[in-house]
Amino acid sequence: MPWLSSLLALPLLGVVVLLFIPGSARGLIRWWANGVLLAGLALALPLWQHFDRAVIGYQFVERVPWIPSLGAQYLLGLDGISLLLVLLTALLGPLASLASWNAIEDRTKEFYAMLLLLQAGMIGLFLALDLLLFFVFFEVVLVPMYFLIGIWGAERRLYAAIKFFLYTLAGSVILLLGIIGLYWLGTQQLAHPTFELPELLKLKLPLDAQRWLFWAFFAGFAIKVPMVPFHTWLPDAHTEAPTAGSVLLAGVLLKMGTYGLIRFSLPLFPEAAREAAPLLAILSIVAILYGALISLVQTDWKRLVAYSSVSHMGFCTLGIAALNANGLAGSVLQQINHGISTSLLFLLVGFAYERRHSRQIADYGGLAVVMPRFAFVFAVAVFSSAGLPLLNGFIGEFVILQGAFTANRTWAAFAVLGIVLGAAYLLWLYQRTMLGDLRHEANRGLADLSPREWATVLPLIALALAIGLYPQPYFAVLERPVLELVGRLAR
Amino acid sequence: MSHFYTDVDHFALLPAIILALFGCAIFLFDALLEARTRRWQLCLVLPGLAITGWQLWKQGQVGPFTAFHGALTIDPFSLFFNWLFLLTAALVALISYRYLEIENEHQGEYYGLVLMAQAGAYFLATGTELITLFIGLETMSLSFYVLVGFLREKRRSNEAALKYLLLGAFSSGILAYGFSILYGIAGTTYLSDIAVAVAARPAFDPLTLIAILTIATGVLFKISAAPFHMWAPDTYEGAPTAVTAFLAVGSKIASLALLLRLFLGPLASAREAWEPLMVLAAVASLTVGNLAAITQTSAKRLLAYSSIAHAGYLLLGLIAGNSTGLQGIAIYTGAYVFMTIGAFLVLIAVHGDEIEDLNGFARRHPAYAIPMVVFLLSLAGLPPTAGFLGKYYIFLALIESGRYTLALVGAVYVAVSLFYYFRLVRSMFLLPTSLTVPPVPTSLGLRIALGATGFVTLGAGLYPEPFLQLAARSLLK
Repeated sequence: MPWLSSLLALPLLGVVVLLFIPGSARGLIRWWANGVLLAGLALALPLWQHFDRAVIGYQFVERVPWIPSLGAQYLLGLDGISLLLVLLTALLGPLASLASWNAIEDRTKEFYAMLLLLQAGMIGLFLALDLLLFFVFFEVVLVPMYFLIGIWGAERRLYAAIKFFLYTLAGSVILLLGIIGLYWLGTQQLAHPTFELPELLKLKLPLDAQRWLFWAFFAGFAIKVPMVPFHTWLPDAHTEAPTAGSVLLAGVLLKMGTYGLIRFSLPLFPEAAREAAPLLAILSIVAILYGALISLVQTDWKRLVAYSSVSHMGFCTLGIAALNANGLAGSVLQQINHGISTSLLFLLVGFAYERRHSRQIADYGGLAVVMPRFAFVFAVAVFSSAGLPLLNGFIGEFVILQGAFTANRTWAAFAVLGIVLGAAYLLWLYQRTMLGDLRHEANRGLADLSPREWATVLPLIALALAIGLYPQPYFAVLERPVLELVGRLAR
Repeated sequence: MSHFYTDVDHFALLPAIILALFGCAIFLFDALLEARTRRWQLCLVLPGLAITGWQLWKQGQVGPFTAFHGALTIDPFSLFFNWLFLLTAALVALISYRYLEIENEHQGEYYGLVLMAQAGAYFLATGTELITLFIGLETMSLSFYVLVGFLREKRRSNEAALKYLLLGAFSSGILAYGFSILYGIAGTTYLSDIAVAVAARPAFDPLTLIAILTIATGVLFKISAAPFHMWAPDTYEGAPTAVTAFLAVGSKIASLALLLRLFLGPLASAREAWEPLMVLAAVASLTVGNLAAITQTSAKRLLAYSSIAHAGYLLLGLIAGNSTGLQGIAIYTGAYVFMTIGAFLVLIAVHGDEIEDLNGFARRHPAYAIPMVVFLLSLAGLPPTAGFLGKYYIFLALIESGRYTLALVGAVYVAVSLFYYFRLVRSMFLLPTSLTVPPVPTSLGLRIALGATGFVTLGAGLYPEPFLQLAARSLLK
């Protein structure tokens, strides 16, 4: 069975069927879309069992010629890095959809069609081993996200949607030029045109070419992450997006940038990457500290969470900049962790917003009194995000800092400050929203988590605990590809 | 057959004869038929095009050949463009039917003019002799002057026609002047002989330079490239929307064929002299087209400016000058035909020219709005659409030939163009419906054209191989 293709085709099939369901049958649409996404998760989970941790290279590879004149192939495959990200995507898709059950009353059919399209694009991106195919998915993802933000977003949705689209596109056209340049060099050296990643890895690129290509790829990926100073699209997009959009933006879309750096930039241009590492590290540290400081002064709950992503993604890119095994493995794991904890935070902000229709922190306070279960889950999310030991965030940040410390002690010293600041803004947020007396009468009647809401947060909490308590299985999956990558970088 | 008109000549000329005959027949019937039945003239267009297609297919079966002592050349190049003209004319005929009905200008002569324009275009793709080319160009342009002013009752349409006529005639004059200089250089009007004569002259020869300058002016005007684009926005806006589509596609690619014939033929040896000019025109077109499109409030004007930008991308393919560049031009024009006609046909369906008129369109008519997103993505050059491949090949050609800066400029304008293309998407999907909602004038023809353009625009993006093969065969000699 072409496993990976089924994973990719399932949401697309879901869209096609969805087109034939009348738009007025909202219940049916919801059940169908959620069912399809859940089936996708069920299809993806056994990958974890069947994935051979001892094998070097890609598994479950599927190869079909796509555009022979260009040498482009429909080439899918998994290694440990993409496995984790595919599983994260497969999990967050249905959760985001389930969280939107009651939130989307208007144009329900279009909403779920966009979610399913987005899911296919995200899955495809992490599976693609052909650069052109990867680029197609990189762009395809933008369109449904544009509509998710633009149609179902908050007040400034029009601005946020086009800003998100244009910013990312500006980066990706540069990335496209980089891809074309690499393709051109590859055609000359390999004597046959190809976009196949393993083939392109055989190239011996002169340092000068590596530099140009590295920065072209960097433009595409750094905007996507986003690294400071390309981060200004993020707070708008994340804040204005509907809950499902925010969850998938923060949970998955940001990882496309870091994934791109790890999958393409580092192994393809190792020498240029070594040169660029200090700058990358500095940008990462700036992102960590700047994101944290900005988060401290936010009065908008959702915007605070959005800015915290800048800070946390800074850790992921710092791990990449360290260029050693700890840094890279920690970075990938931290991407998963960030996907879990930030999704939790966005989900909970969304739940609060659905009840109260306000994102202002000042409108809350003392919620623990009326919504103890909500407050408990929020506490887990905050601790997970802040990197409290025994929860997932701690492991990731710790390993990244280990890697950064080995590479350069100063980097680690500055980055540690970010953890302190992170704890500060997150705990302060918790205090202002959950603790104290109930300051607003409007909050008195708020209902606690519903069973459906429990169902969306429980898997994430469980995963946060599981990774925090016993992270070994995840590192085991990452070991081979990371060592392989470090080997390339050291050469 | 006589010595002056051989079987081969006849074979080479036949498609144009058929087109002209059907065109004249339509004019004739128009005088005979009652007003109510004139609309059925559409039924004459499609068989006419079908027979032309049959002849083109027969031409394709035999190898390249010349006729009329080299005045006409049937080669993959001519066949490629003629097939595109054929498809364009067919699509335009299909989308015009209901439009003309609504505008209450349903005259058969409209279809006759479409066929006459195509007959003229036939010589632009096929001609390899200056007089033939010029007559072809004028036959096509004359038909377009009338078509642009077809809405007799509307002032804008008349204004557009007059502007186009005056500036068009002026540019034709300049072009003819350039042709006369080429004749002066070579003493012959046949392109192959002119090529020899031009190549024999020193580099940057003043006479050749003047010829290049004047010819470039004339042709750049016709493909609406900056800095000779001023007529385009007004003409595109005032013309009947179906004609705008025909003008933006048919006229542009026919003139592009002329441009390629001249600059890759007799003027190829003077590349050093004309390349800077073309670079200037390309960058200016990209800049003017993309930046001016941002501020438009009329969707037709927006697409007009965007078509100026597309002229810039096509010129970039010529500038790159390698086989990838030519392939890129072929793919780009192929994609351009479908995505542009598709976008204009949705505007016909919207029945409004302003961007505001699109507000809330997706809610009312998703079957038109969703393909429109595909057309706009393709126009911007995003995967997985046909437009992406065109841009991909052009950028690849530029990088192959070491023109990195131009590639960067072209790439950056992709992001800019998305901004204004998505203003239309924003209106259709994100904004609430405006109060007055005119009915969508759908018709069978419109739906068929929508299906065809949508299918090719998306299909060629998802599975491009057959299209790439086709393009590779057509422009590579």
